[in-house]
Amino acid sequence: MASSICLCLLRAVFLVCFVNPLIQGLSGDVNLVQDPRHRLEKNLTGLSIVTFDWHHVQTPYLVITWVFVAGLAKLSVIELNHHVISVVPESGLLIILGFILGGIVWGADKAQTFKLLPPTFFYYLLPQIILDASYFMPNKLFFSNLGSILIYAIFGTCWNAATVGLSLWGCYEAGVMGNLDIGLLQFLLFGSLIAAVDPVAVIAVFEEVHVNEVLFILVFGESLLNDGVTVVLYNVFDAFVALGGPRIDAEEIFKGIFSFVVVAFGGSFLGVVFAVLLSLLTRCTKHIQIIEAGFVFVVGYLAYLTADMLSLSAILSVTFCGICCQKYVNANMDEKSVTTVRHAMKVLANGSETMIFVFLGITAIDTEIWVWNTGFILLTLLFVFIYRIIGVFLLTWMLNKFRLVPIEVIDQVVMSYGGLRGAVAYGLAAMLDKDKIPEKNLIISTTLIVVYFTVILQGITMKPLVQWLKVKRAAHADLKLIEKLNNRAFDHILSAVEDICGRIGDNWWTRGWNRFEENYISWLLMKPKARKNRDYLFSIFHKLNLEDAVNYVSEGERQGSLAFIRSDEVANVDFKKQFGSEFTDVMPDIMAIIEIVLSLVNKKDTIPSVSLDIHGKDRKNVADDINAHHLLQQHLYRSRKNHRHKFSRSHFSINQSEDEVQEIFQRTMRSRLESFKSAKMGVNPAKKITKHHKKDLTHKMANGHPDGTDHLYGDEVDSAVGSETGAIRGTFMRDTYTVRAGIENPVFLPAMDSPTHSSLPWLMETDAVAPSQRAQWRLLWTPNRLRRLAPMRVSTCSTDSFLMADLEEHEEKPQTDHEEEIRPVFD
Amino acid sequence: MGSTNSTLLKIPNVEVLMQETGFSPAHIIRLHDRFKALDKEGRGHLCPHDFGAIKELAMNPIGDRIIGAFFSPGKETVDFHTFVKILAHFRPVDKDRPKEPNSPEPINSRSNKLKFAFQLYDQDKDGKISRDELLQVLRAMLGMQVTDEQLESIADRTIQEADLDRDDAISFEEFRKSLEKINIDHKMSIRFLR
Repeated sequence: MASSICLCLLRAVFLVCFVNPLIQGLSGDVNLVQDPRHRLEKNLTGLSIVTFDWHHVQTPYLVITWVFVAGLAKLSVIELNHHVISVVPESGLLIILGFILGGIVWGADKAQTFKLLPPTFFYYLLPQIILDASYFMPNKLFFSNLGSILIYAIFGTCWNAATVGLSLWGCYEAGVMGNLDIGLLQFLLFGSLIAAVDPVAVIAVFEEVHVNEVLFILVFGESLLNDGVTVVLYNVFDAFVALGGPRIDAEEIFKGIFSFVVVAFGGSFLGVVFAVLLSLLTRCTKHIQIIEAGFVFVVGYLAYLTADMLSLSAILSVTFCGICCQKYVNANMDEKSVTTVRHAMKVLANGSETMIFVFLGITAIDTEIWVWNTGFILLTLLFVFIYRIIGVFLLTWMLNKFRLVPIEVIDQVVMSYGGLRGAVAYGLAAMLDKDKIPEKNLIISTTLIVVYFTVILQGITMKPLVQWLKVKRAAHADLKLIEKLNNRAFDHILSAVEDICGRIGDNWWTRGWNRFEENYISWLLMKPKARKNRDYLFSIFHKLNLEDAVNYVSEGERQGSLAFIRSDEVANVDFKKQFGSEFTDVMPDIMAIIEIVLSLVNKKDTIPSVSLDIHGKDRKNVADDINAHHLLQQHLYRSRKNHRHKFSRSHFSINQSEDEVQEIFQRTMRSRLESFKSAKMGVNPAKKITKHHKKDLTHKMANGHPDGTDHLYGDEVDSAVGSETGAIRGTFMRDTYTVRAGIENPVFLPAMDSPTHSSLPWLMETDAVAPSQRAQWRLLWTPNRLRRLAPMRVSTCSTDSFLMADLEEHEEKPQTDHEEEIRPVFD
Repeated sequence: MGSTNSTLLKIPNVEVLMQETGFSPAHIIRLHDRFKALDKEGRGHLCPHDFGAIKELAMNPIGDRIIGAFFSPGKETVDFHTFVKILAHFRPVDKDRPKEPNSPEPINSRSNKLKFAFQLYDQDKDGKISRDELLQVLRAMLGMQVTDEQLESIADRTIQEADLDRDDAISFEEFRKSLEKINIDHKMSIRFLR
């Protein structure tokens, strides 16, 4: 709390003392941009060692100062008292801070020198936010709900625009607003600019209110796609206003409708073109990986500007550019570049959003623009609110007849309440031509008030509203343990059966598209290596490998040396969390898999356990009923229904539910492997080996740094899941369930066929390979297919490459199943 | 679609199926398409690994159990009839079905839905959920951070709440009773199977 006060004071002081005198000092030469080299003043009497030269740096200085101030604003908002933050959304606080800052500047200057100018907003602040939103968009979710999103975006916005405009006009005609110089067309123009739900505001508020993913994507997608409509409506009505009433006939109206088609689809198409360009670029940047991250931003921005130049919908262009390119760009680029892009994108988007909200606040403090007309303003607020609700409910009612998974009432309420207006509306209002629309200031004032109302007030009340509705729906606050457990179990059951039945969007079209996409588009846009590494299973194990190895080595270092590994009877270590170690849940996997492998091959069935001695912490004694409830609450895995939140302005790393998903996935894999093991133990295996294309990968991996990019970032799990390779379907699963299938894992083969096979060195060889290597191998050997830690143990030396020996044996196996394995699985 | 009738005809005993499960022809066709899509090798029946191929199931903590529920004990394949019958459990309940006193309960009645869920817990099919079975379910559904003692304590407490005859296991009746308050119709119905 103290720090935030300090920061506020600091900012205020900074502004007042430093910036204002500078501004005041620049009384004549405001717009002069001088050549920095011409420092020679007219009356140069002697050499001045140091000069104070404001003019030369003025423009960039002011810009940077304001960025800095916005950053400080965000910092102080975050540092604020926790209570305040949990009630008022961040965006609201930023606006309020903007008020304060605006007040300071106003106080010093008596005029608002710093305003949110439309060009600044539209060209420098907005594009990166949209790019960020689209780059992290969960594609599968988006496209499976695209129909609904489009309905809301197109018809919802048109409905809003028309009804608000017409109602206001009706009220004006009824005389409620007094005397205004305004006509029907101008009302419609106003309606069209106030109708659009704003992506910036929506993200800002919904991020704090965790809603289920379908609801989120509907509102979010709508806010992005309605720009197509808004731009068209705005331009059409602007042109109509300029033309004047009498000249509008059917032809013009048809042109207006047609322009919608052109603008919207043209913008989207342009976005896709730029996405293709970007993907191709990243495909070719293997040797200049350092700058490939920059391409994303440059091309994204180009998409925006090009669309704007052609008077198409710029937001749609950037949106589709981001949506279409994410998969290929993430696959093609180096891991570091991917991280760079993500991080930089978030920084830019966050910064822009902060600046937008702060400036929205500052702009308010300006006596010039304020025109108060009670009737107009209040009626606008009322109509905007009501028609949004009506529109949403109406459209949802219609949509639910066609949707596979209907949208529930509570979601509709949140959707209608979440129709926030934001800076886009203000920008459009500020762009109005004062000559054509004399009441421009009134419109600006009203727009600002609507924006403040929705962002601040609706933002504050959104969370309590959601909670109240949910609590009401839950019907029982206090469920017994068994009820809670079963509730969650039912959610899981339902998700599973939905998956079995084929969820929404699984039909001939999606399968056909997926096939087309995999075979042709990916071939064109993805690097060949990236294509092979789309294997989801593989990427999970790659990630596990990295984690395992890091953890293992660091633990070994902690213990002093790796020599302990050779001994058989060191006391057991428990890698479980209860001992407070920092190991993730991944570690038990090593143990399990090693156990399995060793017990299978080692006929004695004694498992040499590798252990480290870690002293245990005191275990908590769970005796309380409360604890049990609490545990269930905390640790039950969430199902698809329970809010797997997928987009966040400030976090791009894997969110917790993705960790959960991974955990579940690992456990499932492990248990399948175990059941395979038990199945195998009871049956005589056939000798068939099917070569799996993964061997290519493992081979590649053995030879060097794995090229596979890590697909496990939040949204990418989504796209990877949506990707087509039948990884899981592959031989792995076949082993588990088909009791009489051939053993495909060559590790098990040696046990049957050739006991002298060199794949299990620690059993065969008694003398020394260098301890570290051998120790590592002993621990890290896993079934061939898994090769979990193989890439970390690269050795090109022929003598000690157990991998190589193993591989050679199977190189010649016919690749009959190669095609089969790549065949996509469309579920 | 002109092919509806021809597709329906290809499915053996389709009338009986529709009668038993209450699905409409459109649904049967949709499920048949789905069945064929899952059955990649075109054998006419599904094996566990066909189910295993569904990626999302691997990310479901009790996914494997649910797969197991499709296979009757001892059988390793699921034919279309069984597939549809099991999915019929998830049809929303027909509220306005006339109550015929002698006809068997429809598959998607509340009681049958509960039986389906019960059998997911009760792996050894002895009619009771023993403490061990409950532990297994809990282990599957809880994160790895939960220790074994915590798990056991939760299992104990859960059994305590539900077990009315004190036999340290949950019978179907006790199970049903404990879930009285939950809206099973809502929680175990997939709307698009209506």
